[in-house]
Amino acid sequence: MKRLILAALLGAAPISVSAQNVTITNATIATGDGSAPIEHATVVVRAGRIVSVGRDTTVLNGTQVVDGTGKWVTPGLFSAVTDLGLWDVEAVDDSNDTSADKSPFNAALDVATALNPASEHIAVSREGGVTRASVTPFNGSSIFAGQGAVIDLGKDAAIVMKPRAFQYVELGESGAKLAGGSRVAAHTALRNALREAREVAALPLGAQRQGDVLLTRADAAALAKVIDGTQTLYVGVERASDIRGVMALKTEFPKLDLVLVGATEGWLVAPEIAAARVPVITMPMRDLPSAFEALAATMSNVGRMKKAGVKVAIGLFEGGNQPRNATEQAGNLVALTKIPGASGLTWGEALAAITSIPAEISGFGGKAGVLAPGAVGDVVLWDGDPLELSSAPVSVWIDGVKQPTESHQARLRERYKDLDETYLPKAYDW
Amino acid sequence: MRETPWKRRLLCGLAMSATLVMTTQAADAKKKDKDARSGPAPYASTYKPYPGRPTALVGATVYDGRGGRIDNGTVLFENGKVVAVGAADLAIPAGYDRVDGSGKFVTPGVIDIHSHLGVYPSPSVDALSDGNEMTSPTTPDVWAEHSVWPQDPGFTRALINGGVTTLQILPGSGNLIGGRAVTLKNVPSRTVQGMKYPGAPYSLKMACGENPKRVYGARNQKPMTRMGNFSVDRQAWIDAKQYMDGDHAERDLGKDTLEGVLKGEILVQNHCYRADEMAQVLDMAKEMGYKVTAFHHAVEAYKIGDLLKANDVCAAIWADWYGFKMEAYDGIPENAALLAKQGACVVIHSDDENGIQRLNQAAARAQAAGRRIGVDVPDGQVVGWFTYNAAKAMGIGEKTGSLEAGKMADVVLWNGNPLSVYSRPEKVWSDGALLYDAHDPKRKPVSDFELGQPGEGDVK
Repeated sequence: MKRLILAALLGAAPISVSAQNVTITNATIATGDGSAPIEHATVVVRAGRIVSVGRDTTVLNGTQVVDGTGKWVTPGLFSAVTDLGLWDVEAVDDSNDTSADKSPFNAALDVATALNPASEHIAVSREGGVTRASVTPFNGSSIFAGQGAVIDLGKDAAIVMKPRAFQYVELGESGAKLAGGSRVAAHTALRNALREAREVAALPLGAQRQGDVLLTRADAAALAKVIDGTQTLYVGVERASDIRGVMALKTEFPKLDLVLVGATEGWLVAPEIAAARVPVITMPMRDLPSAFEALAATMSNVGRMKKAGVKVAIGLFEGGNQPRNATEQAGNLVALTKIPGASGLTWGEALAAITSIPAEISGFGGKAGVLAPGAVGDVVLWDGDPLELSSAPVSVWIDGVKQPTESHQARLRERYKDLDETYLPKAYDW
Repeated sequence: MRETPWKRRLLCGLAMSATLVMTTQAADAKKKDKDARSGPAPYASTYKPYPGRPTALVGATVYDGRGGRIDNGTVLFENGKVVAVGAADLAIPAGYDRVDGSGKFVTPGVIDIHSHLGVYPSPSVDALSDGNEMTSPTTPDVWAEHSVWPQDPGFTRALINGGVTTLQILPGSGNLIGGRAVTLKNVPSRTVQGMKYPGAPYSLKMACGENPKRVYGARNQKPMTRMGNFSVDRQAWIDAKQYMDGDHAERDLGKDTLEGVLKGEILVQNHCYRADEMAQVLDMAKEMGYKVTAFHHAVEAYKIGDLLKANDVCAAIWADWYGFKMEAYDGIPENAALLAKQGACVVIHSDDENGIQRLNQAAARAQAAGRRIGVDVPDGQVVGWFTYNAAKAMGIGEKTGSLEAGKMADVVLWNGNPLSVYSRPEKVWSDGALLYDAHDPKRKPVSDFELGQPGEGDVK
């Protein structure tokens, strides 16, 4: 993407895509930082970045002006913990790179090597206003799923913003199963792996490890970044006691940079999570005791954690749980504020939970998921309230580049708008 | 715990494929009890409506489920039945409680035609996983009601968050012929019989496509292919016809069910994704002399809206699921709207314990997708996608699914437009009994399973 921005700055005009200088005027603008939307506001994008936003902003000369009257503007949505770009058809194994249960490696696995920017799901998500995402591998035969990446969804070949952005480890019931049958085994496997990683990191160049090792050298080396806190550790965990167990890891490994993923019972331990300054990525509408580790499931989980001071993002968009429907998840949290006894989020907070907060947790605070000077030029123009079911993006810019609406789905809906085959079969309708 | 529900069901077929394979029913299990077939219906409903107050909902926007919309409408119900639906000038009889619905909306109780609550309940542990009898590709002899666990907390969430008052519980789709479905009132009960919808016809769950051929093909067993699927199905119908024409001296549970379908007493709910495959199933139905009432999932229904309309078959669909398996590759969010444009019957279904809590929202998404390609389906008609159309396709359209005088008083008062993400049920009545009230903490069901647990049905 940088290449394109540079080209725009130098005045060179790439043929198909280029960062445009755009001013959207008179729109209802929500910046994504948690604040309420601003009516009759303007946002200016130049050279792929946000230049200014607000009511006092004026049209910048030399920019294309888009009339935003009656429309809404938000930053591009940031989808945390997705499988975007990793499969074409999930149940068709040949097309699916989410997990590798027959691989000898685990923590060393790096999704950046498999990401496909031409994936249909990236195109569909982009049309839905998603411009950035974190992509995680799934567990194969180890509690370590491997290393996830942060991507942009722009229609170009440069998909990876940050490779190896985090390591993913699964604990709780799933982790127990992967580790051999119990939570005890999972914690032992995790601690042992981190110790092996520490040993490998401390070895002099070229020195051999001792014989008693369980991890491959590549896996141990990958985890070294986790121990020294230079790579975030995402931990899949649901039960309150399991969450406490995760935070207790910092006693032995104080530099761990933890993120809780799932955290269905997070509200039961919210003050402790907040005090430990550990962020959470969760799917808020899961309100069923779907497992014994989720007996306290409630839609109020996000609202209660937020109230306790926890940084919470909406995420976990996998399979049928589509990134383009993040707005519905957020909107439902607003709906909860009207239900007696329930906890939800304000509209601004709900939008932040699918824009700036996941961006912050992913290491792009102030740079993505927000309309603020200097942030990436990811702008979505909506035909109405972005969290409302009736609304959809009208235009999407990523790094200032207006994105095309091209996908398999878009072509199918065009072809089948009618079923007329009077003169030729549908196969000729394209 | 990163596993979506559909994935769990998808994997169910694979994970269990190594289990025992039973061939045919043991002959000694068949009893020569010809007379039993003509006795009273077994496992009869013991459902009784709970008491309610004569109620007048006034001042709300009313969607009647049949496409009608009344602003500032009045809905009267008493003794479990809708008495009248009209405008603001509708006279309210003496003795009625007035419920002010200003700024709010009223719809019929929400109906889900495709649910696995109770048979794949929460918690989703193997010990409670009773939805797919994958021991033979055709199991018309099994009845979903014998698997339903009435303490599934999913029932309570569907009521509270989704306004669901009636739902059809189906066997899974691992088998070509999965067994009988059961229609339930979403009224908590200690027994399944206590939830059974009185007088609802049975449905037979059938499945075409990938699932059956995957499950049995993986065991090196028929069916391994789509042509195998049809072969097994057709032979089952031929055998059933022979049985139907016979003396029934030896009773066969499975063929009893198939005979019920051939006689038009049992409806067919057919899991099928691809357009070409649905067209083939329609021909099989003609060949064998039965009717498909609804295709479920039907992600490619939009390609054959004309055919579905001509055959009077409903498409029970998600708003926008796609891509998770090969036969779902061509799913598009405009499916419902394009079907409506062809005049075909649309039902929004969940097939999901979370989705069932938001059928209204799924319908709204599908409506919005249509609007963006110029297919504008009115709100009133969209409400019918998750109320009357579902009831019709479950054979109970004469009794519920719409707000019309004489029908069951299954009613939801929403705190806003049900097609908005910001709205939730405020009160839900089933047969005129108030079973949920957002403003009354005790008027909210909590299943046995959740009592004393940390969340306690999310009432803490």
